[in-house]
Amino acid sequence: MSDAALAASGPRGAAAPERDGARRGLGAPPLWLLGFVLPVAVALLWEAAVRLGVAQGRLVPPPSRVGATLGALWTSGDLQVHAAATLWRVAVGFGLGAAAGLALGALSGASRLSRALLDPTLQALRSIPSIAWVPLFILWLGIFEASKVALIAVGVFFPVYLGVAGAILSVDRKLVEVGRAFRLSALATLRRILVPAILPETVTALRSGLGLGFMFVVAAEFMGASEGLGYLLVDGQQMGKPDAILAAILCFAVLGKACDALLVAATRPLLRCQDVARDRL
Amino acid sequence: MLRLDRIGKTYADGTAALDDVTLEVRAGEIVAIVGGSGCGKTTLLRLLAGLDRASRGTVSLDGDPVREPHPGIGIVFQEPRLLPWYDVAGNVGFGIAHLPPALRREKVLHALDLVGLADQAKRWPRELSGGQQQRVSIARAFVTDPRVLLLDEPFSALDALTRSSLHGHLYRLWQESRPTVLLVTHEVSEAVALADRVVVMRPKPGRIDDEVTLELARPRRAASPGFEAAQRRIMTALDRSLAPRENEAERGRAEPATAWW
Repeated sequence: MSDAALAASGPRGAAAPERDGARRGLGAPPLWLLGFVLPVAVALLWEAAVRLGVAQGRLVPPPSRVGATLGALWTSGDLQVHAAATLWRVAVGFGLGAAAGLALGALSGASRLSRALLDPTLQALRSIPSIAWVPLFILWLGIFEASKVALIAVGVFFPVYLGVAGAILSVDRKLVEVGRAFRLSALATLRRILVPAILPETVTALRSGLGLGFMFVVAAEFMGASEGLGYLLVDGQQMGKPDAILAAILCFAVLGKACDALLVAATRPLLRCQDVARDRL
Repeated sequence: MLRLDRIGKTYADGTAALDDVTLEVRAGEIVAIVGGSGCGKTTLLRLLAGLDRASRGTVSLDGDPVREPHPGIGIVFQEPRLLPWYDVAGNVGFGIAHLPPALRREKVLHALDLVGLADQAKRWPRELSGGQQQRVSIARAFVTDPRVLLLDEPFSALDALTRSSLHGHLYRLWQESRPTVLLVTHEVSEAVALADRVVVMRPKPGRIDDEVTLELARPRRAASPGFEAAQRRIMTALDRSLAPRENEAERGRAEPATAWW
């Protein structure tokens, strides 16, 4: 080992091989861990600031208090009730909205006639901010579940509709022609060429639909609910409990991410060839 | 026998792509179709594949009229056009899905073996090079045992080295079942390397200008005797096919014969 290297390694200079090991150790953990550094550091700093009395932490509770609130909500069983209510609404709303989006999107993508018939109306409806439907939905469907589910379904519908219709319109005609050259029946063309061709974009559309579903469940629960994570938010605001609000926000983050991951995992077997493309490009 | 009887094709916009094309190709013959761009070579092939319909005249295979894709006619497109959601074996077996799985697997593996891709059966098209993809595409067409195989400039996007090795693969496949082959190309050397007969077309509207019969021993290499002479014959024919179309001023310019193709 040269003197320069010794000098450079400073007080711990005796351990040059160790340093190499450490460098390799730093390279070993996956890069995604890096994403945790910022939020964890901010949380720790805030915790320390409140503990040391630098900040009061009344309006912005430290992580420990949010954790305690979460724990209390969990042991009382409230959290499960609220989360289940929210998940149920998202599930039903997403199911209805996605089904309608897939059906109408397929129709509008596949036939020029139905496209000319449907698309202008749907595009016009799309430009209405979905929240604007709330008063009408409440009048029509009441203030209970139906109006909430309807709002979520409307939110989910449009990205799915647009995604599917766009995917069908952008199917490579040259691949469809391969089906023709091999004399595939209409059904076989659908199964072996069209469906696989639109699957990736459809999954993306469903994912953005699901994201919007979570967005609209909050709006729906704001407009009057007795349970659900959105209710927890409103309740926290009215009762002056920022820790409960943050706990609900955390739950939304976890649930949203988990549902998205579930959707991705469920559709992964259908998109095997995509993986290759992603790895290679 | 593949018969084209006074074929004409005029597109909806009035473009006359083909006019009065009559050609007979006997079973097992390899015919190359050459010509400058815009002389209807690809249009002609699409009519034979049944992907487009002729405006006038008839195409028939062994007396059976061809108006839409015919089970006895296979086509290899200019691009590989592999389906990205099937692996290599799935793509090769695309046209024989109706066969029992065991027979299907056997035919796919055999075809892959002939194009030298037996070890790539489980890979995805995207993982293959352009030349490998086109080999898969050729295997996909051959595996259905077509009586007529149409190739639309299948090697035009590949480098010269890959191209000449693909000529070998194509020839090996042809030797097995000896289908009729129609090869559209803009490479005179490719026509000479593969064809029994070269049909020279001329543009506006596309029609047959000349035919050159090649009686060279196979397998042909660029260095084999007669190769260059044959190439020259076709080039002369090509030159003639374009000359009457050009106006006096252009003909006056001393263009080298090879510049345009």
